[in-house]
Amino acid sequence: MTLDLLLVAALLWTAVQSLATPNLFRGVVLFIVFGLFMALVWVRLHAADIALAEAAIGAGLTGALLLNGVGHLRAKQQSTLP
Amino acid sequence: MKGVLDLLVIVLCLVLGAALWWAMLDLPSSRIHLAEQVAAKLDASGVTHPVTAVLLNFRGYDTLIEVMVLFVALIGMLTQAEKGSQWLSAGYRPPPLPAPPFHLEVLQWLARVLVPLMILTAGYLLWAGAHRAGGAFQAAALLAGAGVLLNLAGLLPAWTTFRAGMRAGSITGLLFFVLAAAATAAAPHGHLLQYPAGWAGMLILLIETGLTLSLGLILAGFFLLLSAEASDGSDTEE
Amino acid sequence: MTSALIYALTGAALFLIGVAGLILQPHLLRKIIGFNIMASGIFLVLVGLGQREGSVDPVSQAMVLTGIVVSVAATALALALARRLLDLTGKMRLPGSGEGMPGKKPDA
Repeated sequence: MTLDLLLVAALLWTAVQSLATPNLFRGVVLFIVFGLFMALVWVRLHAADIALAEAAIGAGLTGALLLNGVGHLRAKQQSTLP
Repeated sequence: MKGVLDLLVIVLCLVLGAALWWAMLDLPSSRIHLAEQVAAKLDASGVTHPVTAVLLNFRGYDTLIEVMVLFVALIGMLTQAEKGSQWLSAGYRPPPLPAPPFHLEVLQWLARVLVPLMILTAGYLLWAGAHRAGGAFQAAALLAGAGVLLNLAGLLPAWTTFRAGMRAGSITGLLFFVLAAAATAAAPHGHLLQYPAGWAGMLILLIETGLTLSLGLILAGFFLLLSAEASDGSDTEE
Repeated sequence: MTSALIYALTGAALFLIGVAGLILQPHLLRKIIGFNIMASGIFLVLVGLGQREGSVDPVSQAMVLTGIVVSVAATALALALARRLLDLTGKMRLPGSGEGMPGKKPDA
């Protein structure tokens, strides 16, 4: 039960921070951390299938897509600045 | 004004949250026990892992429509491509990859070691799905991860076109699934995705193999399409 | 109170955190992150409520597995649309939002 409550606290904190932190790159990294905590939660809920999918897709692939988006945004901003 | 509106949104979210919590804590216990129904019919499903039995047998139509959703999402991304004319022309070849910068050499070495292992693990996950955690989705996600790693290491070019091989590969799994669904529905006394007795295990493995390949290609395509636009944009602007 | 019910309640909280982020953050990448947090919250509610009496429920787990794969497809499509908007307008926010805030710098 203590582990569950710690995980809940970690989930809520990373979720709020990934949305509210001023630096966008930091927000995306915190979202990936959030996905990894979600994978741990699925293990606690005896859902190993979802844990595997969440770690690979939720944290991995979605994180890669979002980081790619941040990189594109930065390249665009640098090219438009004088 | 903006601050007041923001505050209103937060207050409304808190009210909705309190209502949701109250509803969940007040919920009476369910009288339908799906887990028992699954366990009772598990022997007839062709696999011994209950989640795979639900995904590919009892509620196979959900999975069928999900794969369609993924394919439609890929088509939707293609319509957003920057260079519309170039994308769908069959004759277009992407430019050759430039020589890798020094810092990529370690990553390339890592990718060469890891990608075969990832493909091997994907094969294991696909096979293991029949009796323990694993299955087509996890295997496909690993294949897509291998594709992302190869692209980041500069070994796999991004998709700047949607060639015939990619089209065929990303639709094969779905087509086979649709064929299986049509055949089971058309059989005498058959229903949609109700596999004939004794064939269920084999059919599920075949469908899952097709889905692994197609979903792996589609999921990798999500990343490879987006990274193509990134490199295109910086090339033309510099 | 079982731990599954605790996770269901957490899921509701995460859903609303995601909703708040989706509404309050003008930047489109933040909106996509908020949308993903909403989805994670819904998945937790589905599995948590299904298992709140302590038994493992393969049906809700299979549904959530489907949902995770669909949500990454939605994310990829949303990113493609956001990128198109960036290429067309030079901004990663919806037209008409975030214009009236001269003091606020866009996210780097």
